[in-house]
Amino acid sequence: MCTPLGATMVFSGIADAVPFLHGSQGCSTYIRRYLISHFREPVDIACSNFGESSVIFGGWENLRIGLQSVIEQYHPRLIGIATTCLAETIGEDIPQMIHRLEREFSADGPILVSVSTPSYQGSHTDGFHRAVKAVVEKLAQAGPKGKHINIFSGMISPEDIRHLKDIFTDFGLEATLLPDYSDALDNGIWSQYEKNIEFGTSIESIRCCGQAQATIEFSSTGDFSTSAGETLLRRFGTPLYALPLPVGVGLSDKFFERLVALSGNTTPARYIGQRNRLIDSYVDGHKYVFGKKAVLYGPADLVAALAIFLNEIGMIPVLCAAGDHKGNLQECLREYLGTNTELITVIEDTDFASIEEKAAGLKPDIIIGDSNGYKMSRSLNVPLVRLGLPVQDRIGASRIAALGYQGTQQLFDRIVNALLEKQQDDSSVGYTHL
Amino acid sequence: MSGILEKRKRQIHRKGGQPFDMACEKQSLAGSVSQRACVFCGSRVVLYPIADALHLIHGPVGCAAYTWDIRGALSSGPQLHRMSFTTDLREQDVIHGGEKKLYLCLKELIAYYKPQAAFVYSTCIVGVIGDDVDAVCKRVARETGLTVISVASEGFKGTKKDGYRAACNAIAQLVGTGDTSQVGPLSLNILGDFNIAGETWTIRDYYRRMGVEVVSTITGDGRVNDIRRAHGAKLNVVQCSGSMIHLAKQMQERYGIPYIHVSYFGIQDMSRALYDVAEFFKDSDVLERTRNLVREEIGRVMPELTRYGRDLQGKKAGIYTGGAFKAFSLVESLRLLGVRTTFVGSQTGSPDDYKRLEEFCDEGTIIVDDANTMELVRFAQETNIDLFIGGVKERPVAYKLGIGFCDHNHERKVSLAGFDGMLNFAREVHMSIMSPVWKLVDRRKCLAGSN
Repeated sequence: MCTPLGATMVFSGIADAVPFLHGSQGCSTYIRRYLISHFREPVDIACSNFGESSVIFGGWENLRIGLQSVIEQYHPRLIGIATTCLAETIGEDIPQMIHRLEREFSADGPILVSVSTPSYQGSHTDGFHRAVKAVVEKLAQAGPKGKHINIFSGMISPEDIRHLKDIFTDFGLEATLLPDYSDALDNGIWSQYEKNIEFGTSIESIRCCGQAQATIEFSSTGDFSTSAGETLLRRFGTPLYALPLPVGVGLSDKFFERLVALSGNTTPARYIGQRNRLIDSYVDGHKYVFGKKAVLYGPADLVAALAIFLNEIGMIPVLCAAGDHKGNLQECLREYLGTNTELITVIEDTDFASIEEKAAGLKPDIIIGDSNGYKMSRSLNVPLVRLGLPVQDRIGASRIAALGYQGTQQLFDRIVNALLEKQQDDSSVGYTHL
Repeated sequence: MSGILEKRKRQIHRKGGQPFDMACEKQSLAGSVSQRACVFCGSRVVLYPIADALHLIHGPVGCAAYTWDIRGALSSGPQLHRMSFTTDLREQDVIHGGEKKLYLCLKELIAYYKPQAAFVYSTCIVGVIGDDVDAVCKRVARETGLTVISVASEGFKGTKKDGYRAACNAIAQLVGTGDTSQVGPLSLNILGDFNIAGETWTIRDYYRRMGVEVVSTITGDGRVNDIRRAHGAKLNVVQCSGSMIHLAKQMQERYGIPYIHVSYFGIQDMSRALYDVAEFFKDSDVLERTRNLVREEIGRVMPELTRYGRDLQGKKAGIYTGGAFKAFSLVESLRLLGVRTTFVGSQTGSPDDYKRLEEFCDEGTIIVDDANTMELVRFAQETNIDLFIGGVKERPVAYKLGIGFCDHNHERKVSLAGFDGMLNFAREVHMSIMSPVWKLVDRRKCLAGSN
């Protein structure tokens, strides 16, 4: 998917903020449609609606009118402006325009944050990270150090966000999770129409990011080129802990250990219980999964974490395919998987035709990734466990969990059950217990 | 109407108040969160169901990713249309130009997939960096012997409607290149049907039963070679107000083929469409067969429709569609089921469409062009509807407000055309409105309490 999609998700997860695309109408409509089909929630993304004249004379007037319309309709405190290919290519000087507009709007006008996200530069996850970084750069202020922490989780499900928030609460840690679209993109029925922008990370808490005791950033491949944590480290000396996404026991342990150190508290009993039950289920299911071959695809950070988790339960992630380009996925896996890496094919910056072609030769038992893999799953007759974005052919994409001991439990159960279901369906006998 | 952006007020009309003077066919207002897409979208949706053609999107990956296998347009054979190929332009291509990449992609894909023709869609970025797409298409056509058509669909060059026009121009390049010697006198082309959930097949079968030959379905379950001989047909039957009318007009000018407008939605419009076709051919056998067909079909579906109608009496609905033409049929179909339409609008309606809608609708009905989310919500709440009919972007808004929803756009997987389509529509309206889940929704509970 394209870069601005990630950026708009970030802005959706900030309280009182509206995402805005500077470019053609189609970009915002397509992204809305895509996110709506995944989250099954209304998603409003405004746009400066370039016409031919904006391309020739520049988009200044459209940007100004567009922002004014948004202010009039939504009364936001922040507007997150992501550029599109079109605006970038005709050479729009957005920072300069924003500077002018901020002077033009009244003092209590919205904060304008811009992020450069031409579609031809990186993937939707890059757009996501760039937007988090842009928000932090614009808002974070210096000040006395507090006890709170920052957490930049990357693109995870609303369910995982909620779980992380519970974990911080139980550790007694005040945490700023940016972005937090767990309510904005997954909430209840409204009794009255709301503008749906009040949910998310508060602007005040983002301002305090520079005063946090530390930042945790989920980044398996350790790519800091678009890291908000790195910005805070550089500008305010906030210590940065880059951890892989906590999927599986080993990676979750790393995360919980970090929380123990930061909070000064021991791991709450609830999570010890979750960990124990997870390992117990690993034991119960080990024969079903041992040696089973999996095809993984998605953003590199997610693929890496999943591969490490599968290795932990005795499965072989025979194909690890990343849509984005980090350049070091192979290396990252070697660090965790050791010699098992020899059994693995790693491809970065790839497409589904190539993945399917490679996968066919590897005879996998299971496929783990988003709904776009369904075609491959169908033609190879291999079950697909849906995870990531988009999941548009099932209900409940927002409730898919993968993080922490509890999220891993859900994922582990789904993987094992998919394998069992396949075994049962393929069997001529059809046993009722397996 | 307060809360409506000042610059948008002329695109909204309430029947019964002021004289009718609605603005439409305008570029969307910046920042209004319009439900429209772009020129590229218009071209892509029209050409999408041509199943044995290669569809290559020249641009960055996003434009292709968002239109990959998203429509319910079925094919009875090849499935190539469901692939969304892209030249995946990167930064270096933007700097140095994407022509070479386009050339290589076309050559590779044509060699691998062996399509019957290729469509190359230009996206915004291509319009800006100035790639000579036409020249590349011509070169590849020369080298491969395949028809390679450049679709001028740069996103910013107008509205979705301009995209329809670009698509029609692309199709027009194929029309007239095939052999028509086998085409009979009682023959027609189906224009503006996209074979969503097999709808074209249904319509085609009606024409078969009437004794009328379908030369080409152009888009729905479309085949390149059928389009090539479409100029042999004696009549173009055009559904959908915006998408195909340009092609029909072109074919009238070039080949003298007359066209009629029809709608296949709802039993009244469906019957009218078949009668209009029968009357055009002035053939008593065809007319007789048509009478029998309509009688038979209506007799078959009416009892069930009447049953649903009993439950639905007095319910209210809002409609927001892509083209306005479909809206007429919907208002009429809902009337048949006892459901009243309180607001109706479209993304791309023309002045004529809106004029006709205003004449057609009940007093007090709100008519809107190019609405945004906030407006739709406002109308839905103000008129307290039980059902919203729209596309995928409107669905979550309706659900959030505790309102039932029917998808009448091209992503749906249910056939709504023809007599059986009306039955499906009624079933869906019925389950959408009558589901007990609404009783658990606060807004509905409040309403029930106040009654």
